[in-house]
Amino acid sequence: MATRVGIEVSIAIADAVKLANPDVVAAYPITPQTHIVEHLAELVANGELDAEYIPVESEHSAMSACLGSAAAGARTFTATASQGLALMNEVVYVASPMRLPIVMAVANRALSSPLSIWCDHSDMMSVRDTGWIQIVAENGQQCVDNIICAFRIGEDNRVLLPVMVHMDGFNLTHVIEPIEFPEQSEVDKFLPPNNYPLPLNPDKPVAMGDFAPPVIFTETKWAQEVNIQNSKKVILEIWDKYNKAFGRQYYPIEKHHSDGAKVVLMTMGAVGETASVAIDEMRAGGQDVGQLRLRLWRPFPFEELREAIKDTDVLIVLDRAISFGGPGGPVASEIKAALYDQPKKPRIVSFVGGLGGRDITVAGFKDIVNKGMEIARTGSKNEYEIHGVRE
Amino acid sequence: MAKSESEYTWKDLEIGAIIADPGSARQYESGTWRSQRPTYDFTKCIKCGLCSLYCPEGCIGENEDGYFEADLFYCKGCGICARECWPRVITMVEEVE
Repeated sequence: MATRVGIEVSIAIADAVKLANPDVVAAYPITPQTHIVEHLAELVANGELDAEYIPVESEHSAMSACLGSAAAGARTFTATASQGLALMNEVVYVASPMRLPIVMAVANRALSSPLSIWCDHSDMMSVRDTGWIQIVAENGQQCVDNIICAFRIGEDNRVLLPVMVHMDGFNLTHVIEPIEFPEQSEVDKFLPPNNYPLPLNPDKPVAMGDFAPPVIFTETKWAQEVNIQNSKKVILEIWDKYNKAFGRQYYPIEKHHSDGAKVVLMTMGAVGETASVAIDEMRAGGQDVGQLRLRLWRPFPFEELREAIKDTDVLIVLDRAISFGGPGGPVASEIKAALYDQPKKPRIVSFVGGLGGRDITVAGFKDIVNKGMEIARTGSKNEYEIHGVRE
Repeated sequence: MAKSESEYTWKDLEIGAIIADPGSARQYESGTWRSQRPTYDFTKCIKCGLCSLYCPEGCIGENEDGYFEADLFYCKGCGICARECWPRVITMVEEVE
């Protein structure tokens, strides 16, 4: 039987990593990710987790150590946030075309400057094109479950890709939530041993991450693209298995009263729970509104999005990042692009808010939805709207 | 020996573009980068082999007469051999073709 305990989500994530029984953890502490790797270090030091813990000197080294570890066929975990993710960026790009199934927890935090330790999605968007699978959690339970799923997804020999599990810094990492932990025996049954097909092996030497001149580079990039596109059906299959084994509901896009609703609010990350309270209250007040939560950012769930908005007239998208000088929120602009060629598509209104830890309240979400409906009627001279800025 | 890189389709690549067969670098004609080529006056050559030690490409070897000479398939024309050769055997000249 699964046990349900009240626990800080960071500690729960470390415990979920322990359930996955990694061989190597290489990480450098950074707020708000620190408690995750601190607890993992504790577990290793106490002999509760039989893994190699590599206390590296920087995030660049953390990801470099992870490359080597994953290439040797070891189950590999790391975690970071914000400036740490920025510092390791070069090596983050290397992991995915090399097809190394590293799992990384990212405690989403704003990028400097000005310095902020609080949550937004600018760090997550800075690694959007690195070729990693990116899963976004909305609550502590989703963090725990998706860490376990991430190992199985990444290591599946049809996928072999690194996976980021994004969790909003502080809003998720530092809150105490009731978490249902699967039993070790259930996780062992769900998560087979890592079986990397071409590991570093002195008996069969290979060259990894080698030089590719123009004559072969395009072929390597297309192989990478086809691979991540094809990974989606495996992600769905593994989520389905997890759903059945542990009684969960994981899909690339979660629907909350959105089917049939004329006005739909789309969120990604922890704010989705606050938004759902606003949506419920607006529905109780007779408004025809629903909500969609994006759980899979890469590979982007095009088909699921198109299906989810088929009845929608107005789609209001909240982003927690700005593409400066660009079209506004990264999620909204992707959704616009994904729907542009559809014969029937909703009016899309883009909002940016919740930057650098600014809370969006239930009243704030009601305001966003009401303002979004008004803009859908009247139009706006802005590419996107900024929520809650003091004029 | 690996097949030529120009023969690979994207489906032929190993996982992660891993190179599993040795010898792929040997096929790469870095000589096409060259804008100058080394020429030799072997009457001055004392066969010391310093040029081959300094060659960053490792493409200088002994020819059938025992003189040291660059393999132009790999030679990038950097001119380090000509600078290091103290009996002044080697002169760099413009590639004209």
